[in-house]
Formats: sequence, C-alpha cells, structure tokens
Amino acid sequence: MNPALQGLITIIVGVGGCIGYFYLSNQFLDKVLFPARGKHIGRNINRANMIRPWLFLFPAIFALALYLGYPVIETLRLSLTDRSLDGAFVGLDNYAQMASEPKFWEAMRNNMLWLIVVPAISTAFGLLSAQLTDRIAWGNVAKSFIFMPMAISFVGAAVIFKLIYDTRPANQDQIGVLNAVWLMFEGGPGSFLFLRLLPAAIVICFALLMAYVFYLALKPLIRRESARAGGSWWAVPLRLFAGFVAAWMIWLSAKSVFSVLSAEFAFGAPQTWLTLPFWNSFFLMVVLIWIQTGFAMVILSAALRGIPEETIEAAILDGANPFQIFFKIKVPQIMGTIVVVWTTITLVVLKVFDIVFAMTNGQWETQVLANYMYDKLFRANDWGVGSASAIVIMVLVLPILVWNVYNARKEMN
Amino acid sequence: MSSIAGTKSGLTWAVQISVVLLVALWLFPTVGLFVSSFRTADQISSSGWWASMLPSERNETLRTANPDTQVQEDGLWVIRGNLFEADRQAEISAWGITSQDIAAYTPGETADMGEDGRLTVEANGDYRLVNETEFSGRRGGRVFVTASSPPEFTLDNYREMLFDPSNREGMTKAFFNTLTVVIPATIIPIVIAAFAAYALAWMRFPGRALLIAAVVALLVVPLQLALIPLLKLHLAVGIGKGYLGVWLAHTGFGLPLAIYLLRNYMVGLPRDIIENAKVDGATDFQIFVKIIIPLSFPALASFAIFQFLWTWNDLLVAMVFLIDATGETTVMTKQIVELLGTRGGNWEILATAAFVSIAVPLAVFFALQRYLVRGLLAGSVK
Repeated sequence: MNPALQGLITIIVGVGGCIGYFYLSNQFLDKVLFPARGKHIGRNINRANMIRPWLFLFPAIFALALYLGYPVIETLRLSLTDRSLDGAFVGLDNYAQMASEPKFWEAMRNNMLWLIVVPAISTAFGLLSAQLTDRIAWGNVAKSFIFMPMAISFVGAAVIFKLIYDTRPANQDQIGVLNAVWLMFEGGPGSFLFLRLLPAAIVICFALLMAYVFYLALKPLIRRESARAGGSWWAVPLRLFAGFVAAWMIWLSAKSVFSVLSAEFAFGAPQTWLTLPFWNSFFLMVVLIWIQTGFAMVILSAALRGIPEETIEAAILDGANPFQIFFKIKVPQIMGTIVVVWTTITLVVLKVFDIVFAMTNGQWETQVLANYMYDKLFRANDWGVGSASAIVIMVLVLPILVWNVYNARKEMN
Repeated sequence: MSSIAGTKSGLTWAVQISVVLLVALWLFPTVGLFVSSFRTADQISSSGWWASMLPSERNETLRTANPDTQVQEDGLWVIRGNLFEADRQAEISAWGITSQDIAAYTPGETADMGEDGRLTVEANGDYRLVNETEFSGRRGGRVFVTASSPPEFTLDNYREMLFDPSNREGMTKAFFNTLTVVIPATIIPIVIAAFAAYALAWMRFPGRALLIAAVVALLVVPLQLALIPLLKLHLAVGIGKGYLGVWLAHTGFGLPLAIYLLRNYMVGLPRDIIENAKVDGATDFQIFVKIIIPLSFPALASFAIFQFLWTWNDLLVAMVFLIDATGETTVMTKQIVELLGTRGGNWEILATAAFVSIAVPLAVFFALQRYLVRGLLAGSVK
C-alpha cells in the first residue's frame, strides 16, 4: 500500500478513533452506566463525574506509561541482565564492563565538557543578544534571524558546519571559511590579539563568573547565616557541592588560560579541524551553541521585558551606568529564568546525538554518551552495556527532573 | 528606556553595530550552504562560496575550433569563433599560447605562431586564426587565458536531487517519507493531549497533582531510554519497523510536552465561561469541544509547530523505529547522513540535499514564529 495513503488512513483512524472514543465513552457513561434520571439521579451524576476524568485521561496515561514509564523500568532491568546469556541476571557486570572501557570515559569527559560549555555560552550569548536587540528599532527582525537555527535539524546544521570546517590541501583555495580565516593569521600582533588575548579574556570572564558563584554559594556558610538561607538540611551539602564545582571550574579556567597563552599554533597550514583531538569537541559544540542561542534569547528577552520599569528608573535616578543597570538590577531579577534556560539547554546537551553522529561519529575522541549508547545498542548489539549507558544519562538528568517537579509542585500550591 | 535616560548616541551606534555583527555571524553559516547549493561542483571546489558573489578570475585552458571549420577568405585560411562555451559570459584579461607564458598577450593583440598562423583573441573570447596554408590536424590549438567570469548560479543541483527519477540518491522519496511520518505524528498527540490537558486543568479528581507531577517528570526523561524496550515491544507485538511504529513512538514522546503546554494554557482560561456553560447544562464533552478547543487555538498551534519541527528534524527515532534494512522508508535526515558518508566531498549534492530538508521547517518557522515563541514562553517562563 502506498505510504501516503496509509498515512491518511492512520490520521483518519487515529484522530477519528480518538474522538470517537471520547464521544462514545462519555455517551456510554451518561446514558447507559449512570443515567442522569430515575430514582438514583443524584448518586448517578456524582459517580459519572468521578469516572469521567479517567475517560479523558486514559489514552494519554496509557501512552505515557507504555512509551516513557515502562521503558525506564525495562531499561533498568536490561542493564542488569546479559543478552547473550538469555537475559540472565548479572548484577552490575554491565556497569563494570562499561567502566573498564576507555571509550566510555572519553564520552563522559566530553559530555561534561559539553555540559559546561554549551549552556554557559548559549545563555551568555542569548542574554547579550536579548539585551542588545531589545534596544533597537529592528530588534524583532534581528531576533528572528538569530532564532532561525532553531528550525534547522541537527543533521542539516552538521552539513552547514562541515562546509565551514572543510579542508583543502595547502596549495589550493580553501572552501571552508574557518581555514580561509585561519590562513590569514601569520603570527603577528593580530594573531596574538585574536588567538591568545581574546580567548584568554573570555575564559577569565568565565572564571570571574564562577568566582562569583563560589562566593554566593559559600557566603551564608562562612557568615553562619544558614538558618536564614534555606534552612533545609540539604542546603549545606548543596552549597558545598556548588562551591566545589565552581572552584573546580576556576582551576580548569586557569589551566586553559595558561595553555592558550603558551600554545604553539601551526600558522599557514590548513587544519583538518574535526580531527584535532580535544579541540574538535569544541567545533562540534559550536553547532549546538549556534542552535540554542536563539532559544535562550527569546526566553530571556521576554523575562527582561517583564522587569518592572520602576526598578530601572530608580537605578537611573541614582546614577547607575548601563552596565550597572544590567548586572545589578536586571540580571538578579531574571535569575530564575536564567536557571530555567540553563537547565533546558543542559537537557538538550545530555541527549545530543545527531550532531556527533553526523559529523564525526565519535571518532577522533569526540564521543559523547548518547552516541556511545547508540554504538553499543545497534552496532555492537550489546544491549546490556547500551542500557547501562542509557541509565547513566538518566541519572545525569535526574537532578533536573527532581528540581522541575519540585518547582511545579511549589507553583501549584 | 532610552527615552528616560536620553542614552548617548555613541552607545546606540555601538549597539546597532554589535547587532548587525551578531546577525551576520548567525546567518553566515546558513547563507553559505544556500549559496553553495546553487553552484556547480567545479565552482564549489575551486573557490569559497563567499567569492561566488564577485566575478571570479581563473586560469583556463581552452581550444580553438577544429581545422574542419576553416574557411578561405582572400586567399587566407581562417578559423574564427569564440573560445568560451555557447552561453558563458567571461572577460579575458590576458592570454598566451604556451603553458610557460600564459599571460604573454593582452586582448586584441596578435600572436605570431610562425607556420601555425597568427592568432588574435579579443576580451570577450572571440578569436581569429589566420594562416597562408591550410590548417591540418584533428583538434584546434590550445589557448591559455586568464578570464574573469561574472557570478554564475545554476538550478541544476535541485533539478538533479529533486526531479531526476533515475537518481537513486535523490531526495524526492525521502521527502515524501518524511512528510508521511510527520503529519500523523503531529496530529494524533494533539488530540490525545487536549483531552488529558482539559481533565488535568478543569476536572477535580483524586491524584490530579500526582499526575501533573508525573507529566513534568516525564518531560525530561531522555528518549534514549525508550529505544530498546520499545523496539523489543514493537517487534514482539508485530508492528515491527515501519510507519506505524514511528507514529506511535513520536506520539508517546511528544505527549508530555503537549499535555504540559496545553494544561498550562487551559488553566488560564476564564473560569466564568466554563461555569456558566455548566450551569446552562453543558456536559464536559460539550464544554471541551465547543469552548475549550476554540479558545486554546494558540496553544494547540504552538505545540503543533514544536512537534512538526521535532519530527521533521528527527534522526534517532526514525533510525530505530522506521528505517529497515531495505532503506525504502528512509527519511531526509537519514538520507543526508548517508550522503555525508558516501559523498563527503561533493558539496553540491550535500548542500542541495540539506537545503531541501531545511526549507520546509524554515518556511514554517518564519510563517508561524509568533506561535512558536508563545509556546516556548508558556513552557519555560512560569
């Protein structure tokens, strides 16, 4: 049968079936099961109203349970069994085997790098472009162009950026933009400015931001104000953890500033960017940053507009300059939204698969967890280790899941 | 804000310029692919796409016409014609007759080649080769030219990738397969989610808060977890790999967002309308169909766009649940990945294929951006 026809039939059957189900089940409830007449009319109406929500919810609950609930449990079970032994229970063997593979640790390390870099830069760029575009007349046009990559598939973006990273032999014209730009650097002052000072400055900015986070996280502990700051039992370890992460970031930043300032660059030779170990991960991250910045910008721009005008007016009257207004008045007021944007992009990063699959397929030390899992499941046919790595992704998502549920419940109350 | 503070114009200019740079930076990659898809393979591999906007100067080796075409004029043997192919516009800045010195002459000059005759080449490629004796041989003589061609674009790539039925790498089939996946996978979750969202927003029953929390939790469950168990399930119940499986999978994966978005929107609808309708004797089903659905149109539209973009751009779900060994049901994203593997250097094919798959989401994006933004805001800013 022609797939288009099959699709049409599915739409009709699916949509018609859903509507028919909802209509008929309601009719059945009202007319047959608990008719709103006779001597038990009151009781019947009450009963019908108790059942009706479940009629409305049944298809959704069924689909959610089958397509998202059941797989979580089943994956957990599969990760504890061995496929080649007919699904015998093997305890944590799969996890042990996974932990002994260098490729897994490479994927973990890269994923952590992605988790730091992509949300940070996307949010920063998003905030910057939101702030800038809100102040000009053609801001909406500018916004929609920055937002546009959102509509482009990861695979399409991979093709777009592969063209940018393309390499030709040294004696030919370069057709990839990056190599064409690279060949303009020859080691002079311009190269020093753009390849050493600028990156170092960006990393130092990041380190300063982290220092601020460190300060925010640990201030209540040092000043013994923990009773005021949250007061829950988990607040102290959480703050310690945040402080530790921030300190670690500062240490990493210091190391990379040093390496950027002392690195030897191969000027004049075209580079195959996607095979440069370590740096190639960053070239893949650029793709995701390019896509996600628009998302961050749209959300943050709405949040910036929601800031009460009076607070800004008051700051201006008090003589604050635009930078003070931005960092001391606006940013603190939209902190909640920044966290939402950050976590949302973090979720996307944890699941990133298509970009790596299409651009390098995990070669040249660019492996990430989602692609590692795909490799295990469908190339090596090792469902045990594949499921184990899926569970690792789930565990990484778990804090965000708990945080979201916690917030949603708070909101409803 | 500028009206309050009377912002300095220098700062305004700095903002304007930064935004221009930012937009340019963000558009540049896509424009590169777009321009490349209109260039021939030769053009792409000989110069960067940014050079295609300007006239390009190249060294070329061309030939005069065969000696068969010579005519006799005033006792001289003459071959005349144009060095370039019929419909090509180019301007010669220098030319030569040996590969050692390819820029020996300027246009309009005459090169004396001894017993081979005298050659005059004009800037537009017209040449005249004259000799006292008859020309012999099978092929014309070589002429080395430095020619600058005006920007030149072609639709051939698209013709080949879309309308050439003999091209096994064409995108037509994949395009329709993608469409077949996308439409049911967008519509069905909306119907299911709308009913569930109404129940979660406006009906009172025990366990409601728990269900909402569950939806929020499922919102972030990585679909990677679902691949193996569901594939096993599909194979066990006989759905196997195919459209039905991928429709069901996309429905399941899209539901949490659909329910979440629609519920958030429906909760905000005015309570009076719904209660008045109840007082007037409307059943829940009637309220839902006649009041809630029409009022929720913006939320329905924003979810529809999300789901459309997501299913159109999806690779992983299609690879796992749809595409079998025969490859008959391949979708565009998969087709492009295959092309990246087999035709890694053929940018005219890759660029065109990618742009065919990007074009529809981009059109949807620009046409319905308003709803997309509204949906994003409803989903995140709360």
